[in-house]
Amino acid sequence: MNLMTERSLEKAVNDKMSAQVNTIKMQGKDVTVHYGEKQALFGVSLDVPEKMVTALIGPSGCGKSTFLRSLNRMNDTIEGCKIGGKITLDDEDIYNPKIDVVELRARVGMVFQKPNPFPKSIFENVAYGPRIHGLAKNRHELEEIVEKSLRRASLFDEVKDRLHEAGTGLSGGQQQRLCIARAIAVSPEVILMDEPCSALDPIATAKVEELIDELRQNYTIVIVTHSMQQAARVSQRTAMFHLGNLVEVGDTEMMFTNPTEKRTQDYITGRFG
Amino acid sequence: MSSMLVIVIVVAIGIVGFFLGRQRAVSKDDRSVKAHSLPHYHGWWVFLVSVLPAIIFIMVWAIGSGFYIERQAVNSLPVHNSESVIASQSLELGMVSGIARGLDKLTDQERANLPTTFSELRPLLSSKGVALATEGQDFMIPVAVQWNKSTARAHNIGAVVAIVLALAGAVFGLSGVNVRTRARNNVERIILWGLLAASTIAILTTVGIVLSMLFQTITFFQSVTPSSFFFGTVWDPRFSAAGGNGAQGQFGLIPLLAGTLYIALVAMLFAVPVGLFAAIYMAEYASRSVRSVVKPLLEVLAGIPTIVYGFFALVTVGPFLRDLSAAISGGYPFIMAQSVLTAGIVMGVMLIPFVSSLSDDIITAVPRSLRDGSLGLGSTKSETVRRVVLPAALPGIVGALLLTASRAIGETMIVVLAAGVAANLNINPFDAMTTITVKIVNQLTGDLEFNSPQTLVAFALGLTLFFITLAMNIFALYIVRKYREQYE
Repeated sequence: MNLMTERSLEKAVNDKMSAQVNTIKMQGKDVTVHYGEKQALFGVSLDVPEKMVTALIGPSGCGKSTFLRSLNRMNDTIEGCKIGGKITLDDEDIYNPKIDVVELRARVGMVFQKPNPFPKSIFENVAYGPRIHGLAKNRHELEEIVEKSLRRASLFDEVKDRLHEAGTGLSGGQQQRLCIARAIAVSPEVILMDEPCSALDPIATAKVEELIDELRQNYTIVIVTHSMQQAARVSQRTAMFHLGNLVEVGDTEMMFTNPTEKRTQDYITGRFG
Repeated sequence: MSSMLVIVIVVAIGIVGFFLGRQRAVSKDDRSVKAHSLPHYHGWWVFLVSVLPAIIFIMVWAIGSGFYIERQAVNSLPVHNSESVIASQSLELGMVSGIARGLDKLTDQERANLPTTFSELRPLLSSKGVALATEGQDFMIPVAVQWNKSTARAHNIGAVVAIVLALAGAVFGLSGVNVRTRARNNVERIILWGLLAASTIAILTTVGIVLSMLFQTITFFQSVTPSSFFFGTVWDPRFSAAGGNGAQGQFGLIPLLAGTLYIALVAMLFAVPVGLFAAIYMAEYASRSVRSVVKPLLEVLAGIPTIVYGFFALVTVGPFLRDLSAAISGGYPFIMAQSVLTAGIVMGVMLIPFVSSLSDDIITAVPRSLRDGSLGLGSTKSETVRRVVLPAALPGIVGALLLTASRAIGETMIVVLAAGVAANLNINPFDAMTTITVKIVNQLTGDLEFNSPQTLVAFALGLTLFFITLAMNIFALYIVRKYREQYE
């Protein structure tokens, strides 16, 4: 117990320190999203600080996934989706017509709710991104990238003997870490995670959470989650969404101990959602 | 009594049984015990037990008595010592049944003093609108009269038995109606058997088709050795005059098989890229509104009768290619109007909707999450299609292409009109070649008995074609199934 408090205290101190140094990586200003006639987001303004984990929480259908998907323009692939407002990456408007969407998505990678490895070998799954972006000059470099990415996703030791077997043959948790490795292999600056643990069992979830905490050293992470505990465990900042609006945003520690909004408090304590 | 009337009576008994059964179930239900089945299930059960056995009996009886009467007639025909007993016997039997049908049209009075010679009978029958060939013999008349008598007798017996069966079934069903009778389960079981029968019919028909071709093919192979058929390189069946059996001819399958595969290959070379690209556009790029217009339009192409494509090849594509080649070479047309190329291109056009429709379904079935995963890594749409969607869909697409190829191989009308009839063995796509299907049509058109190798070869060809396409379809289904397992 003593140890736990000490550790969480340490975490809080770390978090606070990093919050002070970190600059804004991505910024949303008055973001609105329409799916056809239906409006899903009503003017959301949210800053994503660099090299931190920002958690988006809120009940189902509150627009948190929609906001996440507009950060790397994945919403473009949905027919009838219109986006208003402004989203910037390093102060550059990502909805500027001059922006190359493909390049943007290489900088802002994404991990999905359900593990979705390609029906290829483990190696080919990770090598996919580097190959299309020409990140490796030769086979040797490619192998290096793959190994490094798998190591960062703490999967390498589990799969090093079967790199050329199908990625779909891994367990659910391994598949999700493979998808994270695949995203890392492109060297993105931001990684978006859409409920990455919702299809995983508690042990696999613990591994992925541990991984997210490590990845914070190098990457800016935005994670959508349904689990309050998960938000509390892995994030330094938390944004609470409700009915397409941003209710409240702040340091995770503060959000969970002393939320200013009543709706946040009700949601966190499980009174609705 | 006509069979139609018998069936109507049987069904009427069944309907009455239905109402009586329902009535009885209602009256027996005194609410002291919970009834097992709703009243209408009792009604249906009575209907089924009275109608089904009777109908089945009528069918079996009709087939069985037909055979019996024919055997009887054959036995009463005088024995011949002709060379081909089977052929003359079947001819005589045909004559007898013709006369018997004619006798049916006569009035009772005319039938009472029937002429005893065929030459007298013939004008009498033709005045009734029954035309007979001249080869009739006097001895056939009594056989025909006997034929008619036994037919009528068999018919009457059948009708009586069927009606008795229906009544017995109704009584049996009605006597079984009780509060706790499981009529619902009984009806369920009959429905199961009915569905099973429906699915068996298709399979049995296929077996029947194969068997009917198989026996003719075996007869064919008695006069031509299998090796000279399967490995012969010359197709020259040499039609001889009917009856004469001097000229034998050569029946080499190879030129026909080569032509079939060559034309199918040209067609696939044309249809696969176009169809596949159309499918990719439709599945990956087209907006919903474009898709809702273009997809049905493409599928309309699949509904055009192939003979229309044949015309198109014959009057438009063929002459166009010939004139084009003449213009290119400056006078001499090196593409013939009827050629492998013409048939292949037009057949390719016919196959486009098949390729695109099947591939579209398969591409759409690739999970969206795979596309999202690839796009989320920063790849373009076409990279996603090439590197993720198509490899994932490949086994299914290969299966679809095999199904299409077996269509191309079995296609008849286009090649009949556009490919030519010369059984050449060459590799020049601008020349005419012919296919298995064209030759089947050629060998079977005309008024011929199925007893010479010239006509029987059509069955051997048909069976060969059947096995080629069957093998391809089985292979295609195997691949498609394997592909399906991937996402389970």
